[in-house]
Amino acid sequence: MGQGSRWGRIAGRELTTVAITIFGLLLVTFLIARVMPIDPVLAVVGDRAPADVYEKARLDLGLDKPLWQQFAIYIGKVFSGDLGRSVLTSNLVTEDLRTVFPATLELATLGTLIGVVIGVPFGVVAATHQGRWPDQIARIVGLFGYSIPVFWLGLMGLLLFYAKLGWVAGPGRVGVAYQDLFDPITGIVVLDAALQGEWDAFRDAFSHLILPASVLGILSVAYISRMTRSFMINELQQQYVVAARVKGVSEFRVVWGHALRNAVVPLVTVIALSYMHLLEGSVLTETIFAWPGLGRYLTNSLLNADMNAVLGGTLLVGAVFIGINLLSDIVGRLADPRAR
Amino acid sequence: MTEIRAPMAGEPPLLEVDNLKVDFHTATGIVHAVRGLSFSLGRERLGIVGESGSGKSMTGRAILDLIPHPGVVTADRMAFRGRDLVQMERKERRKLRGRHISMVMQDPKFSLNPVETVGNQIAEAYRIHRKAGGREARERSLAMLEAVQIREPARVYDLYPHEVSGGMGQRVMIAMMLIAEPEILIADEPTSALDVTVQLQILKILDELVSERGMGLIFISHDLHLVQSFCDRVIVMYGGKVMETLPAAELADLSARDRRHPYTRGLLGCLPDLDHPQAKLATLTRDPAWLA
Amino acid sequence: MSDTSLKSGGWHDWLITNEPGSRRQARLGQLYRQWLALRRNPAAMAGLFIVLGLLLVAAFAPLVAPYDPLVQSLGERLRPPSSANWFGTDALGRDIFSRVVYGTRVTLVIVLLVVITVGPIGLLIGCAAGYLGGWVDTVLMRITDVFLAFPRLVLALAFVAALGPGLENAVIAIAFTAWPPYARVARAETLVIRKADYISAVRLQGASQWRIVWRHVVPMCMPSLIVRTTFDMAGIILTAAGLGFLGLGAQPPIPEWGAMISAGREQIFDQWWVATFPGLAICVVALGFNLLGDGLRDVMDAR
Repeated sequence: MGQGSRWGRIAGRELTTVAITIFGLLLVTFLIARVMPIDPVLAVVGDRAPADVYEKARLDLGLDKPLWQQFAIYIGKVFSGDLGRSVLTSNLVTEDLRTVFPATLELATLGTLIGVVIGVPFGVVAATHQGRWPDQIARIVGLFGYSIPVFWLGLMGLLLFYAKLGWVAGPGRVGVAYQDLFDPITGIVVLDAALQGEWDAFRDAFSHLILPASVLGILSVAYISRMTRSFMINELQQQYVVAARVKGVSEFRVVWGHALRNAVVPLVTVIALSYMHLLEGSVLTETIFAWPGLGRYLTNSLLNADMNAVLGGTLLVGAVFIGINLLSDIVGRLADPRAR
Repeated sequence: MTEIRAPMAGEPPLLEVDNLKVDFHTATGIVHAVRGLSFSLGRERLGIVGESGSGKSMTGRAILDLIPHPGVVTADRMAFRGRDLVQMERKERRKLRGRHISMVMQDPKFSLNPVETVGNQIAEAYRIHRKAGGREARERSLAMLEAVQIREPARVYDLYPHEVSGGMGQRVMIAMMLIAEPEILIADEPTSALDVTVQLQILKILDELVSERGMGLIFISHDLHLVQSFCDRVIVMYGGKVMETLPAAELADLSARDRRHPYTRGLLGCLPDLDHPQAKLATLTRDPAWLA
Repeated sequence: MSDTSLKSGGWHDWLITNEPGSRRQARLGQLYRQWLALRRNPAAMAGLFIVLGLLLVAAFAPLVAPYDPLVQSLGERLRPPSSANWFGTDALGRDIFSRVVYGTRVTLVIVLLVVITVGPIGLLIGCAAGYLGGWVDTVLMRITDVFLAFPRLVLALAFVAALGPGLENAVIAIAFTAWPPYARVARAETLVIRKADYISAVRLQGASQWRIVWRHVVPMCMPSLIVRTTFDMAGIILTAAGLGFLGLGAQPPIPEWGAMISAGREQIFDQWWVATFPGLAICVVALGFNLLGDGLRDVMDAR
């Protein structure tokens, strides 16, 4: 009874939030483009253009119109998928983003996976051994994860595991020899290689991927294990845990079944946050690993004042953030019968 | 000591406890939660009364081996039907829980797992001990829901704890704790979180199930009236010690009052009595010598 | 704690008394108690030690550093660590140890500027939203949520790209993206405080809204805000270093740690020390703030 209208309300609220956030994102990127001290007209026509050419370009760009109209035009363009052309690559920004984004997605996804697979059990064990050595280790890992600059960790990783030990492949995404062995289906190299049965290429791609993903993963492990620990400590103090023990449930099932199942509800948000964090971290690590992803694209564009590319990349990251937020809200609701 | 229902000849009592102690080692020193409790339980209803902090709840948890970390349990003897609990492995103790000794807790709002349907929680208790399949566990759970007088068991089975009322939650709790047919049930303030109107129903269900199945019941409560009307025998605890053990009927017996321990008399004196109204209720006096 | 009372005698008693004679004594006494609690936490003390060390090194950088951080000496390029150059020299022959030492000043300036800007803004927005409630709250929190949902680093990058690289712009960019969590914390605290009886009492005495917020709500928000800030310092240091690393923060030849790591990138496989030591410096300082923040939270946020 009233179930339908409740869901309607929730959906309405979520959509409003998304709409407002997207509007804010557009406004901020628009304003950033406006405060830029570089004259956007000169960027198009070059600084030696005659006055009439300059004036025509200014009108073409709509820079004579009031600010709010320019903003409206900007919104219209973004929604029709027009992010302009990159000065640096002379491609459409949307085209560029389509090729670089899967690489970043690959990195951040594996990083988060590492974070979940290691961080969650680590946090659970820390919570059940509060104050004893697993807890201390988790605490130290957490503090270090919060204190190490990713890009430096990446460099140190390359130095140790690539240069000194030779365990992994160096910078780049896949060796030159393997590059043309498979077609880009998903754009995610390890997946494409695996789908087409090119196992040598897969191995090579994986050995390129594992180090940057692990570097990001350490950040994720630090954050996720710390949060898991505090959620689990909270859950293990609840009465339902005592009740489960009274029933005769084994300690293993009490911890990993009952308590962890409850901790999953807040953990969903944490994992989403961690994923977003890694997308950002990839901006700093991709340069080091010569990883042809969104991060490197953004930094290259930044250094060359390629504003269309910078804003396009920022918009994409922002949009992905909004998407992940929405998704984590939905998953969180599904995981919690009280919020369903 | 008057035994209401004498244990059958040759059969050891369900539970024997001799000199049970629960200590908590904290940074500021040792806290003695229970100091030398002894009693034995047959197929009867034994009440444990006392104020909060008297160690009555700790007693229940110590029997179940559920004292949390800094707590240490010692006893000269603690035996379930002659089997020594003190020497028993933790794993064996766990197998006793739910199957042979069980507990109904205070507040169903917090004692039921919020992300699992109540039916599955009952079925889980059955499956742990009976190695039964999903279908059998479900059927037994539905029957158990019926036994605690829930009208539409099939519907309630799939509800989540936040979707049931307090009274229904406590019936679910009783169903969950009795489905494996334990011999002893500890009821730790089973009705104090419930509305007054529901309390009596829950007690009635509890009473019927306990006597039908010939179980031993340890009824922990701070409510003297309740214990007096519900139990056969009463242990009065204060500061982790037993002040006295007496048949419940004698609590009500005014003529016997003078023979009571001063603490019991104090507790009784604090209760308002419609037949003998007093202008001012007595305050409880406590004597440190009782704990010596 | 009997040894402390013997050592500090009268002061200890004056501070620890349960019947303070003045408001000042009560306040100092509370601080002193928190200090005693903090002192029992070895990790927090290690953090405090690192942070104090950072302040001292920054203050006395000319005395600590054996060389001028900016003087190039091309004959001494890329020397490995030795007794003369503890951390080796970089591609321009500058002493890396001296540059790391002077880098503490850059780091401190960035952190302090960001905190000075962000703290008050967050506090103001959070307290206003929490205390005034209604549509003010809705609007302010919507804006905060929008900012929270943004990619902080990427946004800061776009900002610096627009404003042009440099230390000041990096500070502005970080501050621009760092305030929302502060506003959230301040609002949450205010919501609790607002309902307290003593606020009603002040209101009944006829105090103005501003006076209530400024004199009674803001001070109560301070402890959580200080804890939050200490934690955030590490994050700010890392972000600033990231901007420096990308060439968008402090410009050469300023000895900024992130930029120094970036400069050592080309030589990482042959001259590992160039990038390693500035990175270690970042780790140590960030760890110091994290440890201290952790300890302060236990002491001050005991709720």
